[in-house]
Order: sequence, then structure tokens, then C-alpha cells
Amino acid sequence: MAKSTITFEDINVTVTVPAGTRIIEVSEKVGSGITYGCREGDCGTCIMKVTNGWNHLTEPSVLEDKVLRENMAGKHNRLACQAQALGGEISVKPV
Amino acid sequence: MNEAELIDKQGCPKAVELSESVHWIGALDPNLRTFDIILKTANGTTYNAYAIRGSEGVAVVDTVKEGFADDFFARLESVADYDEIKVIVLNHLEPDHTGALPELMRRAPGARLFISQKAQAMLKALLKQDQMSYTPVLTGDRVSLGDRTLEFLHTPYLHWPDTQCTYLSEERMLFSGDVFGCHFCDNRLFNDRAGDFRFSFEYYYAHIMRPFKDYVVRALDLIEPLPISVIAPTHGPILRDRPERYIRRYRQLSGPSLESEISPEQKTLLIFYISSYGNTQRMAEAVYSGAMQVQDVRVSLYDLEGGEIEPFVDLIEEADGLVFGTPTINGDAVKPVWDLLSSLTVINIKTKLGGVFGSYGWTGEGVPLVEDRLRGLKMRVPIPGLRVKLIPTDEELEACREFGLQLAQELMGLRARKVIDMADLV
Ligand SMILES: Cc1cc2nc3c(=O)[nH]c(=O)nc-3n(C[C@H](O)[C@H](O)[C@H](O)COP(=O)(O)O)c2cc1C
Ligand code: FES
Ligand SMILES: [Fe+2]
Ligand SMILES: [Fe+2]
Repeated sequence: MAKSTITFEDINVTVTVPAGTRIIEVSEKVGSGITYGCREGDCGTCIMKVTNGWNHLTEPSVLEDKVLRENMAGKHNRLACQAQALGGEISVKPV
Repeated sequence: MNEAELIDKQGCPKAVELSESVHWIGALDPNLRTFDIILKTANGTTYNAYAIRGSEGVAVVDTVKEGFADDFFARLESVADYDEIKVIVLNHLEPDHTGALPELMRRAPGARLFISQKAQAMLKALLKQDQMSYTPVLTGDRVSLGDRTLEFLHTPYLHWPDTQCTYLSEERMLFSGDVFGCHFCDNRLFNDRAGDFRFSFEYYYAHIMRPFKDYVVRALDLIEPLPISVIAPTHGPILRDRPERYIRRYRQLSGPSLESEISPEQKTLLIFYISSYGNTQRMAEAVYSGAMQVQDVRVSLYDLEGGEIEPFVDLIEEADGLVFGTPTINGDAVKPVWDLLSSLTVINIKTKLGGVFGSYGWTGEGVPLVEDRLRGLKMRVPIPGLRVKLIPTDEELEACREFGLQLAQELMGLRARKVIDMADLV
């Protein structure tokens, strides 16, 4: 199965994951400072910055785009409870 | 001012003047004793709403709780006709200020609704109306009433995501929503006439605003440069006598509650434990000594049995890392630990470092339950909890020292870069 690596820059930890893994499935277990509220793409609590490998994540859905906009998210920000790794190297950190 | 000034000769509620063009059109709720479950009030509250008249129309800023709509509409009608209302501003969507909104929009169909950018996501769920049209606004956006102009300040999370303030520059009035408010019902309405509401003001801050100190600071950065002669909040007295005092007080309250003893390059780690036969205590002492090996970490050790919750909450608010030691008793962590952990909603502990350890007899649920709770409180828990069966051996105490060392290293960012396979994560 295709693999991807997700690096959590705030704690300097890299996790190898199968393609399709959401950031939320690993970030808490390794102790990254990305935080969650609703866990279903509604509240915007989990906005994170993607510092590398933006194109290795699934495209944001229409709903995610709306939540990012309403929360005035910056460039290269995504919802950690929604974004899935597709392969390659990805780096993220809390905003 | 006395009661009579809030009511006309026929006994009908009437508006109260703040200036020629601004009126209070709110309602008194003297019998309320508990608010939002989490707050007490010894003499009720007020729901303050305001009408602002400009040369080209009237704006209504906020409404009241649903059951008080009659007073609100009567006061509004005493100063404006519904077809004059061009603008409705909601500084906050909580039902104590939006209860009369659907009816107001029905009666004033010519009005445009202004809410904050972040309020959009909540509007529908609160008002149960589809197709409601509105204009979302941010700092710097304005709406003109002719010779009066409303200017919006984006001040989110005070105390909901949607909150904003509205500034009327020609009158130097700030309509601040719940910010600078308090639950205090006094029909004299203004701070220079009302009874002593200082406690209520402080109490309201401590329970409603304190969890969002960082956002209070950002809001104050927007508010402080404005010339202000009146602060008109949504609860409690209208602050027209030296309003700058309340702004200054918010600035003080949003700073650290304890004077810092710690130099900027240092970090603080607090270890809390409780122990019946001394097993978890011995672990705590070993964790403590392990953590102390790391330079610039100021470690403290506290027995929960010897302290009260409130001072601990003050300590925790300023700390960088928190470690909890709990035995397992009847399949759970013990109540003093849960009591402390359920008292942290008044402060922000998001992303602080957390760790848990404890002695147990046969099942050991206490440690993982508290770890889950820390994660639930949005803390980081990168180092797996440490459990020891009954009395710790020398090797187990060494493991406790190692656990303390790792936590302190993590706190200082000294742990080596790690590469993990997802399958190995617990
Ligand atoms: C002081 C206060 C704080 C709140 N904090 C949150 C929160 O952090 N997250 C959330 O999802 N809702 C929060 N809410 C919204 C309530 O959960 C919501 O209003 C709910 O509908 C209240 O339900 P009830 O009518 O059963 O009390 C908060 C409400 C109040 C009054
Ligand atoms: S946790 Fe709410 S949007 Fe991701
Ligand atoms: Fe509120
Ligand atoms: Fe309120």
C-alpha cells in the first residue's frame, strides 16, 4: 500500500502512515499541539498550517473551504480533521 | 434616575436616553439567580439593547432574551417606528441577546442584519430560519446612518466565536456586547448611579472572559486606541463615568494572575499527586527528581490533599507542563484529581504538556483515563503514562525518574527527532 510521511514540526516527530490517513488520526497520539473541537469539519478549531507537501493532501471539500473562509484561515491552512495524506512527504504545524 | 424613568405615565416601559441620538431599549431581569449554568447572580441581570438614530435611519444594536421581548419592543416603539429601522446589529448570537430577533425582523422588514464573519456558521442553528439574509462584517467595516456611522471591531471568542463590538464614532460610544458586562440588575442603569457592582464585574470576567485571555488582549489592542466616552455592554450598568477604568482593569485581568518568578528562558513543570499508602507518592518524588536534572526547568511537587482548587488553578494557568499522579481506586482515578481537572474550564490550558503516572493494584484504569482527559482538554500528551503495580521497586523508581526526565526534555524541546510507524502508536 502507498505510504506517506507526516512530520509534526512543533514536536519534531515524523510518522509513516498508509495513504488515506487523516492528520487527526495521528497528531494527538504523538502529542502535537494541533487541537480539535467538533472532529467533523465544522468548527475550525483544528486549523493547521501545511508547511510542506500541500499537494500530497486530498483537496479540501466545499464545506471545508467554507469553514476555512469563515475562520479567515491563511494560505496553506487546512483542517486537520479533514485533510488526508495521499503519499509523499508532508509537514504540518499548529497555527 | 429611579424606576419611574423606565416607565411612562401609562405604566408602559419607555426608552432611556444615553444621548440625543442613542437610547437604551433593554429589559431588567431582577429575579434571575443562575445564568448559563455556570454563573450566579445575587440580584439578577439586565439585557441591554440600544437604538441609535441617524439622519437616514435607525439602528438597533442587540435585542433581549425571548421572555423579555415585550419590554424591548415597547421601549423601541417609544423612540422609533419600525419602518425607520434600517440596520440591526448583533454583537453576539447567544439567546439572551437574540431572543427577540425573529420578531424584530418580522416587524422591521426593511432592516439589514449585520453579524460578524464567524457568526455565520451559528446563525441558522440558533434562529431556525432558512433564507435569512445578512451582511457579515470584520474590523474596519462600516455602515452609515447618515450623520451617524457604525464601525465594527472583530473581537472573536469573547466569549463565543461570533462576538464583535460596534463603535459609534460621532458619540465615542462602544457597544461592547458581553465584554465589560456583568450580571447586576439596577434600574439606575448607569455606573455613576448604580449600586456597588465591582464584585459582579470581576466575577463575570473570571468566569466568562478568563478562558479567553489571549483574545481579550487582542480585543483591547483594537479598543484602547479609540476615544471612548461611554461603554454600553449587553449586561449590567452602562459605563459612562470614566469608562477607561474598565478598559484598564480588563488589561490588568488579562495579564498573568501571579507575578512571574520565572525568567524567560525557563519553563515550569507542576507535578500533582495524591496517594493513600505512599506508592504514588514515591513515584511522584522520583518523577520530580528526574525532571530536575534538566536545566532551566522549574519543577514543583504538590500533594493534592494539602491544597485547594482555586490557587492550583492560578498556578496551572501560568505553567508550561502538568503532570498528574493518581492511584486507581474502584476502577477510576480519584476524585481530587477529577475535581481539579473539572475546574480548568476557566483558564486556557490548550497545548500545555501533560503526563500521568500512578500506582495500582490489579486493573490500573486511573492513568489512561486521566491521559484521555488531558487530551480532551486539548493538552499534548506525547509520553505514554507510567503505571506501577503496588509498591514501586528500585527499577520502577528509576523508570519514574526517566519519565520525569523525558517530560522535562520534551518541555525544553530537547528530545531528538523521532520517526515512528503509525502501526507502533498506541
Ligand atoms: C458560557 C457558555 C460557553 C459555551 N461554550 C461552548 C463550547 O465551548 N463549545 C460548544 O460547542 N458550545 C458551547 N456553548 C454553547 C452551548 O452548548 C449551547 O448554547 C447549547 O445549545 C446549550 O444547551 P442547553 O440549552 O441544553 O443548555 C457555550 C454556551 C455558554 C452559555
Ligand atoms: S475539529 Fe472542528 S473542524 Fe476540525
Ligand atoms: Fe454571552
Ligand atoms: Fe450575554
